[in-house]
Amino acid sequence: MIAEGLNPALILIAGGLLAPLLGGRVRAVYMLMLPLLGIIQLCGMDYGSGNSISLFDLNLIMLRLDRLSFIFALIFLIASWLGVIYALHLRDTVQDVAALVYAGAAIGAVLAGDLVTLFIYWELTAVSSVFLIWARRSEEAFRAGLRYLVIQVGSGVLLLAGLIVHFRVTGSIAFDHLGLETPGGLLIFLAFGIKCAFPLLHNWLQDAYPQATVTGAVVLSAFTTKLAVYALARGYAGTEILIYIGATMTAFPIFFAVIENDLRKVLAYSLNNQLGFMVVGIGIGTELALNGTAAHAFCHILYKALLFMSMGAVLFRTGTIKASELGGLYKSMPLTAGFCIVGSLSISAFPLFSGFVSKSLIMTAAAEGHHTFIFLVLLFASAGVLDHSGIKIPFFSFFYHDSGKRCAEAPANMLAAMGLTALACVALGIFPQWLLYPLLPYIVDYAPYTTTHVLAQMQLLLFAALAFTTLMKMGWYPPEIPSVNLDFDWTYRKLLPAVTVRVWSLLDRAWGRLNSTVECGVMGVMGALSRHHGPHGKLAATWPTGSMVLWAVVLLGACLVFYYL
Amino acid sequence: MTSLTPPAHHPDKKYWLDESRNVNKLVWLLIMACAGLILFDALYAKHGHFAFEESFPVFYGVFGFLAYCFIVLSAKALRRILKRDEDYYDR
Repeated sequence: MIAEGLNPALILIAGGLLAPLLGGRVRAVYMLMLPLLGIIQLCGMDYGSGNSISLFDLNLIMLRLDRLSFIFALIFLIASWLGVIYALHLRDTVQDVAALVYAGAAIGAVLAGDLVTLFIYWELTAVSSVFLIWARRSEEAFRAGLRYLVIQVGSGVLLLAGLIVHFRVTGSIAFDHLGLETPGGLLIFLAFGIKCAFPLLHNWLQDAYPQATVTGAVVLSAFTTKLAVYALARGYAGTEILIYIGATMTAFPIFFAVIENDLRKVLAYSLNNQLGFMVVGIGIGTELALNGTAAHAFCHILYKALLFMSMGAVLFRTGTIKASELGGLYKSMPLTAGFCIVGSLSISAFPLFSGFVSKSLIMTAAAEGHHTFIFLVLLFASAGVLDHSGIKIPFFSFFYHDSGKRCAEAPANMLAAMGLTALACVALGIFPQWLLYPLLPYIVDYAPYTTTHVLAQMQLLLFAALAFTTLMKMGWYPPEIPSVNLDFDWTYRKLLPAVTVRVWSLLDRAWGRLNSTVECGVMGVMGALSRHHGPHGKLAATWPTGSMVLWAVVLLGACLVFYYL
Repeated sequence: MTSLTPPAHHPDKKYWLDESRNVNKLVWLLIMACAGLILFDALYAKHGHFAFEESFPVFYGVFGFLAYCFIVLSAKALRRILKRDEDYYDR
């Protein structure tokens, strides 16, 4: 441990903000050291709460370490370190600072013991991460970043509203189990749901991540959504509706992933689908299921980062990530292709790879809870994962039609980051009882490598692969074509603007008509006045003094009448 | 029929996978593996959670094959409704 009570989040946030003071290799070494210092600090701390600050009547607990927050904080620090290695070739201060502050904010949120601290870090993740999208420095990325920011900050506002309601009613801001029935619980649930990319709240993910920079997408893939998974696991474990939300999340993105041309967008859909497995685990809420969620988040961060790294390397070297323009790259980038395949095997949950030992905890929890239909949906989604992440990603970029593109292998630092991450994926898959299960929130009594389980999984995956081969041979597999596919973001990117423009033009026209009607009326009144009182009007023709005397007499008469009444 | 790996556009080094014969070898390897799994399915005592795992032969294999075909073919059909030009949102 470096210092008693020092929050590992602050090492990254403060350290990141100071990074611009250094340059060149010194900064690179410094940035590599920060997550490692964070890991040393985290692992040296005892479980419990600390760093309390009294603010008005509120007691903020800046640091709460238990088994659940530990595993998330640890994997966030590891992901941050791998992200730094992957970005070592880069000379971009904005991204250097944003990546570290963002990672620090996510760790701070995971270690937060109360809702106010959570809210502060929650918003900091949004504000810091958007720079990883804007750093692409294109008009498209700028606009996608704005949309991302609005939605992310919106999630924070919902969290704030929820925590205010919760505090007013209960007088507590503790971030423990909340549940939907608690005051403000639904608002907080929605806030978490946006960041976790629940169905219909999901499109910021597929919109923004593919627009991020090569290195930015790797960093983005690790934190925001898994922070939401942590928050749901902390506040809403055992909330039944999460089982159905999660199952929907596993199933629907796979259809979009099959027909998507942008391979980083395919990975974003795949990320959404993987989150579904974790959400199902939270919904089931048993110790086995929550272990599954934590384990899957841990493994998923690594293999998803690996896949984003390999696709980032392809984008970096070839300048494109569209499947329709790629193919045959294994000839130029054999190591990247190999690492990508390790990521694909891991996410597809092949035995001996990390996804196998984590996803099966959730699947077993679903089976033991007699959620037969949910189990079958997860199985169905697993076949889908094999398609979009297991086969499509490596096949269309590194194999299939040779695009004729010849480029250099990825830079050494990218290869190092991919190599280390790939090694972690394999090591976790082979030695889960030493590397993964001891880290989980509850004691694990589970053996993933039983004959029944291994053979069932091999059947599922190899027969699905056989289906792919058959569809390819028959020419039935949908070709990769340059296109975009409509998703729910169509509602706010096309429908809402179109409706707004239409309503605005209708209002504009109505206002114009109202104006001209009023103008006509006023002109008419003025004309009438002019006709009667103007220079040639009848009333103007009478003697003014006579007319005044006449009106004075009438008024006096009226006064007398009213007086006597 | 779509060949899995058509010849390279570049007249540079020939790779093992450039030969469609070798690709077919991989396909046969996969078929053999699947056949092996079918054979094996009958040989070991299953300890699954559900009755259908034991009563339905090669349940996971059949499920995987059909689910995969359903996902890909229905996504292909879905494309007819959802596909737009690349600059759709920029217009």
